[in-house]
Amino acid sequence: MKTIQKSKQFKFYALALVAALTFSSCSNDDDNPAPPVNEEELITTVTAIYTPVGGGTAVTLQYKDLDGEGANPPVITVSSPFEKNKTYNGAVTFKNELANPAEDITPEILEEGVDHQLFYQTTGTLNPFTYGTASSNFDKNGKPIGLQSVFATTGAASGKLTITLRHTPNKSGANVSAGDITNAAGSTDAEVSFSISVQ
Amino acid sequence: MSKKIHVFFWLILFGNSIYSQNTISGKITCQEPISFSGIHIHIGQKISSSDATGNYSINNLPNGATKIFISHLGYQSIDTVIDLKSSLKIDFKLKLNTTKLHEVVIQQKNNNSTKSVAEQQIKLATIEKYSNQTLGDVLKEVAGISSLKTGNTVVKPIINGLYGSRVPVINNNVKLEDQQWGTEHAPNFDVNAASKITVIKGASGLQYGGDAIGGLVIIEPLSVKKDTLFGKTILNYDSNGKGGSVSSSIHKGNDLGWSWNALTTLKYMGDKQAADYALSNTGNREANFSGDIKYTAKKYNATAFYSYYKSIIGILSASHTGNVNDLYQSINNKLPSVINNFTYNIKNPKQDVEHQIAKFNFNYYFNESAFVSFQYAFQFNKRLEYDVRRGDYKNTAALDLDLKTHSLNIDFKKSGHDWNFKSGLSAAMQNNYANPATGIRPLIPNYDKIDFGAYGIASYNFSDSFSVDGGLRYDFSKIDATKYYQKSRWDERGFNEKFSKFIVGDFGTQWLTKPSFTFHNISASAGFHKKLENSWDIFTNLSFASRNPNPSEFFSDGLHHSTGVIELGDLDLDKEQSTKLSVTLQKKFNQFSFEINPYINHIQDYIFLKPVGFETTIRGAFPVWEYQQTNARLLGIDVQTHWNINNYWQHSFSLAYVNGKDRSKNEPLIDMPPLNLNNKIRFSKKEWNQLILELKSEIVLQQNQYPDNNFYTNIIKDNEFESVLVDISTPPPAYHLLHFYSEMKFNTFKNTNTTVAFSIQNIFNVSYRDYLNRQRFFADEIGRSFQIQLKFNY
Repeated sequence: MKTIQKSKQFKFYALALVAALTFSSCSNDDDNPAPPVNEEELITTVTAIYTPVGGGTAVTLQYKDLDGEGANPPVITVSSPFEKNKTYNGAVTFKNELANPAEDITPEILEEGVDHQLFYQTTGTLNPFTYGTASSNFDKNGKPIGLQSVFATTGAASGKLTITLRHTPNKSGANVSAGDITNAAGSTDAEVSFSISVQ
Repeated sequence: MSKKIHVFFWLILFGNSIYSQNTISGKITCQEPISFSGIHIHIGQKISSSDATGNYSINNLPNGATKIFISHLGYQSIDTVIDLKSSLKIDFKLKLNTTKLHEVVIQQKNNNSTKSVAEQQIKLATIEKYSNQTLGDVLKEVAGISSLKTGNTVVKPIINGLYGSRVPVINNNVKLEDQQWGTEHAPNFDVNAASKITVIKGASGLQYGGDAIGGLVIIEPLSVKKDTLFGKTILNYDSNGKGGSVSSSIHKGNDLGWSWNALTTLKYMGDKQAADYALSNTGNREANFSGDIKYTAKKYNATAFYSYYKSIIGILSASHTGNVNDLYQSINNKLPSVINNFTYNIKNPKQDVEHQIAKFNFNYYFNESAFVSFQYAFQFNKRLEYDVRRGDYKNTAALDLDLKTHSLNIDFKKSGHDWNFKSGLSAAMQNNYANPATGIRPLIPNYDKIDFGAYGIASYNFSDSFSVDGGLRYDFSKIDATKYYQKSRWDERGFNEKFSKFIVGDFGTQWLTKPSFTFHNISASAGFHKKLENSWDIFTNLSFASRNPNPSEFFSDGLHHSTGVIELGDLDLDKEQSTKLSVTLQKKFNQFSFEINPYINHIQDYIFLKPVGFETTIRGAFPVWEYQQTNARLLGIDVQTHWNINNYWQHSFSLAYVNGKDRSKNEPLIDMPPLNLNNKIRFSKKEWNQLILELKSEIVLQQNQYPDNNFYTNIIKDNEFESVLVDISTPPPAYHLLHFYSEMKFNTFKNTNTTVAFSIQNIFNVSYRDYLNRQRFFADEIGRSFQIQLKFNY
């Protein structure tokens, strides 16, 4: 009985070894690895261009983060200070510059207008930014999308402007349609801050 | 139903004199023609066997109570005690065994994986109560087990403070390979498929693996050995979620020949309700099927098994936050940011998981004391995670992983009169494929992993009251991944110094790397079990286990959308090594019994996620958590008591406490379950249709031992940037819940036993949050729920 046991045992262990070797011999040799994932939804660049009514120099605010969630900090530029006693009309655009060619995401935001809203918050002595009144600035329910804004300057001022793009906000929340982010909810697709001044 | 033992006594008296040295002899007969040599005969302290014709004789037996035990493979054992006064002639007739064919090791009362650790078992009756819930929920019935949750449907067991990869789940002898690395990934298992769950707190279940630092959850399905056909259907309705489930199973058993089992479960639930508001987007669906066919012969049996599990789980809309500011608002507002009306609809964010297992087993019995088992299993896990996305990507998953695992196990078991020996080999091959069509850099990269293991476990009974066991296991593991790292992240992590050898390609802003790691691990376990006088039992076990870092710990790299946190892995992680000493004291009085289990677990290089700062992205600032290693010490105690007050009333109590410390930094470990106490009082009266009434009180205290990982962020208030504290560390306050359960049995239809159960969870609709629920920053736990269950056994 014992010898039969032993040979059966041996057979089973040998089978195991063969099986193990079979497994190790089939390996996935990646001679042609798949290319890196093309992240098409990524927003890398937010540009806000403020054009003064009645002529003058436009002010360009740009926030660029070319490595997405990567470790490199973003590059923030403000082309020049704003001038006193002027009214500026602003337009914000969103781009994915990691895509080749660079992709303009702004039309998608307009198409899904109901699901997006921009908010403009200021600190320091800056006057508030309000929503542009053109109908193209509103979604099909008449609620603001906010890609267009108006900044009316008076005296000298300085502070920070934070532009936030919210995805699926609660546009019916208290004061949300007036541009108050407090009850907006939703998730933040972009939140960029610029140090600006009025001189 | 027990079969009767047929024994024929032929007594011939040899006078009236009493000899202190007696002889018992006789003949063993049997209806079938068998070989009589090798039949084991134990009389008193003596062991003998019969000759080829069935005759046996044992001399020098003293007077008094004498135990007679006769066993033979395939036949019912004869187990009796006689009062020996003089020599006797006794003949025995063996009867074919139709129920115990698989109880090969007869001396062992239960098939314990290890004798020096008191295992906790959850029986079918308890499991059935959780038919509409998850595995993590059932396991809370055991003292010392808490649950780590993400919402109410994603529940992972925490054993003595440890969870995830440290607590493997073994389903029907297959180690579940279902992407357990995230905290928001629950074990893919249908509760209804379990007929017995055994929990081993610690690494002593060495035949299943060497990395179960926290413990093992071993699930066994229903398997019938008698020649019968029976079935069961369970219908559940839960008022919280306004949905329920139906689970039906049929079992055909057989002593020899063919037998099979089949089970189906369907679940459909809508949004859950917290005490004061709806938890929007928390519905779930489940569809499961499992079946097996078995052929049993006298010396062997073969089984083929297949199971399919599919689950769609809605993730609380309000937990899908953006950046640090959103998190701050959620924590401070105390109300979820999204509360919609109740709906059954599940929209994004959600999880869609499918898990399939195909398994083949062959067991061969050399004789009644030795058998070898051969098993091949294939598992295919497909995980899709959907996020709220824009444009063309609205319905594309953000994460699409296919995990395929092949495993082969050979186990050999042999037992003698006083000893037991198990040994085996295992091999597994696993492949993970992250589909790039998601358009998002995958959280887990493509990889191939190979594992080999070899183990030996032995136990020896020095006497009826003292046994010792020990085991040793060797594991080899190799993982080869293919991953793109952004160059900025590669530099930030400092990988160039040690890992530049992994770089194989340059893609402009990214490196293509092929990290590869090999591990050799040894695990061991040793302990003893001693029965003292007066029904005291003491179990002591020392175990040593190693766990390799899992793919999430090595390769995480980026924003984890469901938690709103950037999680960073580290290629430089070492394996965890844990040494655990566990002592269990059990005492049984007539009506009262208790069990106390203190333990201490030192884990060297314990891997955990730690907040380290923030990174600013175009979406704002996100907290960054990094996988780090430290030397940890977990100290705790589990207590259970049970009191049979009288024929009708019973009381049980359980308590679990664990204290986790980061010894390198001398601060508490994050996410340690706080002290919890459970009291249950039960009234049962068989006469009233087997009525059972239970009231359970669950108390969870506030965890006061926690690391301070709070940080400050700037928000705009009144036109100024104000620095505010984001308090992610403070655990929520203590809470007390009351639950009620009742059931009665009826015979409504012919041949059918019907059980009706009515229960209320959280009777007083208490509003509370749990420290171990990732969604505690966003919403309360669920409120009151009424459940009705109909169970038909036919």
